[in-house]
Amino acid sequence: MKCDGKDFVATGSQTVGPFFHLGLVHGENAGRLAGPDAQGEHIRLAIQVFDAAGAGVPDAMIELWQADANGKYNHPDDPQDKKPDPAFRGFGRLPSDKEGRMVFETVRPGRVPGIDGALQAPHINVHVFSRGVLRHVSTRIYFAGDPANEEDAILRLVPAARRETLMARPDTKQPGTWKIDFYLCGERETVFFNS
Amino acid sequence: MPQTLSELTGPVYGHGPIGETDSDLTRQCAGEPQGERIIVSGRVLDEGGRPIPDALVEVWQANAAGRYRHANDNHPAPIDPNFIGSGRTLTDAEGKYSFVTVKPGAYPWRNHYNAWRPAHIHFSLFGTSFLSRLVTQMYFPNDPLFPYDPIMQSIPDEKARERLISSFDLENTRPEWALAYRWDIVLRGREATPFENKR
Repeated sequence: MKCDGKDFVATGSQTVGPFFHLGLVHGENAGRLAGPDAQGEHIRLAIQVFDAAGAGVPDAMIELWQADANGKYNHPDDPQDKKPDPAFRGFGRLPSDKEGRMVFETVRPGRVPGIDGALQAPHINVHVFSRGVLRHVSTRIYFAGDPANEEDAILRLVPAARRETLMARPDTKQPGTWKIDFYLCGERETVFFNS
Repeated sequence: MPQTLSELTGPVYGHGPIGETDSDLTRQCAGEPQGERIIVSGRVLDEGGRPIPDALVEVWQANAAGRYRHANDNHPAPIDPNFIGSGRTLTDAEGKYSFVTVKPGAYPWRNHYNAWRPAHIHFSLFGTSFLSRLVTQMYFPNDPLFPYDPIMQSIPDEKARERLISSFDLENTRPEWALAYRWDIVLRGREATPFENKR
């Protein structure tokens, strides 16, 4: 018995491949995290995924996991003494279109406790899956201009010059829509976290 | 990265959205699919060997002829009108899952000259947190294509590759009906307990 309690080795990852729609994308709109009655600021989150050459990735899939507007995760291990918003489901999943785009309907998340109990800045947890990516990559979306970003312990782990890759920005042409681009590799590569 | 509540929580599924035939890929159409009917089952565990109950397991695969029912699959093998190739289930209290399906065929994919994927079933799993998310592929024992498959060989460690291969399962094989294969899956877990900061 090892002292870390890990006697079983985690099963390895394999690429999601080009046909994941068959098993992972069904009729329901899995891009809608927030129903009409969800509390908080409703937003559309427009994501585009790019490859090293700057071309949109037509067969990427993104999953989101986030707290509701009150900063509560709908999960038994969230110890905060709050009730999760029943009109908000926290999880979303969408495939990209042929230009690498997708749009989620959600709410701006509240702040949740982080390291040593300090509150984290509002953020959305992200997995990106794509053909050719052996294991999915993970990152976070923050909201540009949020004063809490300055004190976020996870953001501080990221070199200042690269924090920009994690910032969603308001779409000036479409009020209520926030945009972020993910670059899987290359000069503009998004910061991905080792998890 | 440090693990916060964001990493240590994840989507929780109820039994509501799972339909009766979702875990039996041979009963999703009007008739029975062509090919060799099989049972694929196993347990979903954490790294401590503890079963993970209520884990969502999603699968997708080619039909017995090696053809995916997908608009982008141009492999000139027949589509089976009685096979979709998509299933899902939740693990039970002991972390067990089970699917009935047909054995998928090998699949040519043009990655290099004469490139064929060994027969495989794609698996997608959610464990107890967003961190334990796993998408992978299950293979069948003794497939001669293993050494030539760059996707399987993308895992450098031989033992790790072997963990992706199911084993023949006589115990669950049903007489006059279907061979069974067994495949256990271990999901990564947390490194610490969640932060206890009631607010």
